[in-house]
Amino acid sequence: MTETRKVAVVAGNRIPFARQDTTYRHASNSDMLTAALNGLVDRTGLGGQELGEVVAGAVLKHARDWNMVREVVLGSKLAATTPAYDIQQACGTGLEAAILVGNKIALGQIEAGIAGGVDTASDAPVAVNDDLRNILLDLNRAKSLQDRLKVLTRVRPKAIIPEIPRNAEPRTRKSMGEHAALTALEWGITREAQDELAYRSHMNLAAAYDRGFQDDLITPYLGLEKDQNLRPDTTVEKLAKLKPVFGKGETATMTAGNSTPLTDGASMVLLSTDEWAAERGLRPLAYLTHSQTAAVDYVKGAEGLLMAPAYAVPRMLARAGLTLQDFDYYEIHEAFASQVLATLKAWEDPIFCKERLGLDAPLGEIDRSKLNVNGSSLAAGHPFAATGGRIVAALAKQLDENGGGRGLISICAAGGQGVVAILEK
Amino acid sequence: MTDRYQTFTRTPLGRTLVKNLGLPDPTPLPRWTEGSSVIDGPVVFGAISETDTGKAIQALLRDIGATFSTAAEGVASSELRPKALVFDATGATSTADLTSLQRFFSPVIRQLGTAGRVIVVGRTPELSAAPEQQVAQRALEGFTRSLGKEVKRGATVNLVYVAPDAHDQLDSTLRFFLSPKSAYVSGQVARIGAGPLVGNGPAAPLADKVALVTGAARGIGAAIAKTLARDGATVLGVDVPQNANDLRKVMSSIGGSELLLDVTSIDAPQRIAAAGAELGGLDIVVHNAGITRDKRLANMRTDAWDAVLDVNLRAPERITAQLLESGALNDGGSVVGVASIAGIAGNNGQTNYATSKAGVIGLVQSLAPRLGDRQIRINAVAPGFIETEMTARVPFAIREVGRRINSLQQGGLPVDVAETIAWFADPASAGVTGNVVRVCGQSVLGA
Ligand SMILES: NC(=O)c1ccc[n+]([C@@H]2O[C@H](COP(=O)([O-])OP(=O)(O)OC[C@H]3O[C@@H](n4cnc5c(N)ncnc54)[C@H](O)[C@@H]3O)[C@@H](O)[C@H]2O)c1
Repeated sequence: MTETRKVAVVAGNRIPFARQDTTYRHASNSDMLTAALNGLVDRTGLGGQELGEVVAGAVLKHARDWNMVREVVLGSKLAATTPAYDIQQACGTGLEAAILVGNKIALGQIEAGIAGGVDTASDAPVAVNDDLRNILLDLNRAKSLQDRLKVLTRVRPKAIIPEIPRNAEPRTRKSMGEHAALTALEWGITREAQDELAYRSHMNLAAAYDRGFQDDLITPYLGLEKDQNLRPDTTVEKLAKLKPVFGKGETATMTAGNSTPLTDGASMVLLSTDEWAAERGLRPLAYLTHSQTAAVDYVKGAEGLLMAPAYAVPRMLARAGLTLQDFDYYEIHEAFASQVLATLKAWEDPIFCKERLGLDAPLGEIDRSKLNVNGSSLAAGHPFAATGGRIVAALAKQLDENGGGRGLISICAAGGQGVVAILEK
Repeated sequence: MTDRYQTFTRTPLGRTLVKNLGLPDPTPLPRWTEGSSVIDGPVVFGAISETDTGKAIQALLRDIGATFSTAAEGVASSELRPKALVFDATGATSTADLTSLQRFFSPVIRQLGTAGRVIVVGRTPELSAAPEQQVAQRALEGFTRSLGKEVKRGATVNLVYVAPDAHDQLDSTLRFFLSPKSAYVSGQVARIGAGPLVGNGPAAPLADKVALVTGAARGIGAAIAKTLARDGATVLGVDVPQNANDLRKVMSSIGGSELLLDVTSIDAPQRIAAAGAELGGLDIVVHNAGITRDKRLANMRTDAWDAVLDVNLRAPERITAQLLESGALNDGGSVVGVASIAGIAGNNGQTNYATSKAGVIGLVQSLAPRLGDRQIRINAVAPGFIETEMTARVPFAIREVGRRINSLQQGGLPVDVAETIAWFADPASAGVTGNVVRVCGQSVLGA
């Protein structure tokens, strides 16, 4: 096999994220993904061009959208001859898509591709329940009118109750927030620390908008120009007043302020070789150099649902020959403030690092001033599959602005999974 | 969780029905409360011959301010209602001496007061000087176990075997069996070996001691934590994060500290050791966390089997090993396993649970002889039917049977298990190791 090639992050684009059931309530996943894609095509001047592939996904997806990304490409400004496919790895979808496209570029299979994700919590698929589904399938199979009527007599009121997707783990029936609340307790993550992290996320994102950092990362959509969840005027005091929503009693610490809200939105990232970019007058912002996924047994293994990134990062660092301190920026997706804080605490904990990670010494502390410097999901919101693209684009731009450096991306995902990566320049 | 039947038997209608129908008639058992004396009534002491053990017993009776007489004669005809009958049988050197049991007890046993105490003290059979002595000493067990089933009105009967040269170790054990702290312990055999003379005295026996209690958020564990704290210990309570609020309540009521973790997690032993070391090392470790996942073996799912063995047996095994290895368990410390009568007698639908609980007994028996050089003791309690959330989930009919099929005809309370553990934990119980004591009201199961 030939040498692998460098994978450049060339550009990124997203639509502002909207809170569930607000501005984007009538927008479908395809609508939003198309908007993000066309914005990226416009900005990079790729209209009418054929790319190696477009890879994206959505966590909450209608059955009719089985070939969503290819359909989006067909309806976009890209050449209709651009192949595409859908993936899904919960909240890791967007980053995993970038890794997949990057791998093909590295292996010389394609020259350029676009990766991303979209999610809508407003236009979520509502399914008929299994009773009705079986009846309807039988109806379809029935040959005569009489047979069909007979099948229809089986419909009972109970059968018409729809199944609405819940943000809950199928095996534990607990919501992600409830899982995170247990991890927060186990790691002794305080309410104050969580509110402080949430506050900094809002301040950092607000500052990023103020200095024009987001200008070439966002295409306004349906009249929205900034992330709707952003509260530039929030304070630690205001956050401290919110009532806990996950966990209960006096030990509950997780509120709507230090947990991400359900959000709608889409993001896309353009990846390519250096040569391909240069030929089109584009410029690498940063390079995707390493990635890793990991999963934990949160069902029987007594590990926290959202702790997988804590395992993925050290494995990636070992392969890259780096320490946790060798970074200029850390992008740890803020699913919940407590998730970020528990992850950081775990890396500092000698017992966790020795017994669970099998390391001789803890990974150690990070410089908190390098963490989520342009804000993260607590401020921006978190349309599940769209978060990876948001982070990759923003970190690549930050590295470019900085004149180089190295950034770590860490994203936790449902099912006890974690997707992490390194961008460098 | 209240025993409705027992409450009913205390009503006028209940009394009539109980009498006329011959229904079980459980006597409410007094428990120890602040200010209770060890024993609140006269004690009759008897012996086969004058021994060092007998002298030690009498010294203790004087010490606790008990009024006691040494001869059974006279008691039978008098108005005296003894609260306790204590018999020193260490002098039995052959089976011929066993007659003195009958001679001493028959005349007085009917006089024994409500919630009375019978304690027979013998010589550890295996450590007897001669084969004839061993036979006679072993025979005592049949006597006490039968008498336990005969005595009425909430009385208990227990046997204490003392090793030669261990009579100076009797104090904490006799106090326990005499007092209301042993309310639900009957038909048991405790073995006392030689040990150093240590202890803080009965006022705060666990002063300056640090105690780890797993599963401390509720039920028996919460009672253990409170009882050890009452006796002066600083408690480190462990439970799963799901029970954080309950654990917080218990720990804040006793000024203890909390550690939220699952005892089966891979690094639980290390975390517990680290938390213990931070408190200056642990002196007392109580492996109370436990679960049931009942199913007949034919229908047993792998995860139900594994979960029960992991929580009930593997966790205590791993945690104990780590505490010993890391030095987080102080010399002179006390480890207590919580087994179950199911682990002794077996139980339908509990192959997993009984395996785990019998394993806890195995842990005690394997470690006890190995920890002597560090003066660390390890014992187990084997609760019978205790009124908790665990047993409240048992179907009504089975629950009702569970409550009644013991000599005291009632379920025990969490505090009964806790008091037994506090006796094990007391540094003055230096000679008490390798014991498995059932807290079951002398259940017919596991006898
Ligand atoms: N109640 C009875 O009649 C009875 C009889 C015999 C033995 N026991 C034993 O006594 C002990 C306590 O029983 P209980 O009736 O109080 O039960 P319980 O269910 O009321 O309390 C058990 C406690 O242990 C905790 N626990 C369970 N799994 C844990 C884990 N993996 N990590 C940390 N904590 C965990 C639980 O959260 C709970 O707080 C158990 O070992 C049980 O087997 C009880």
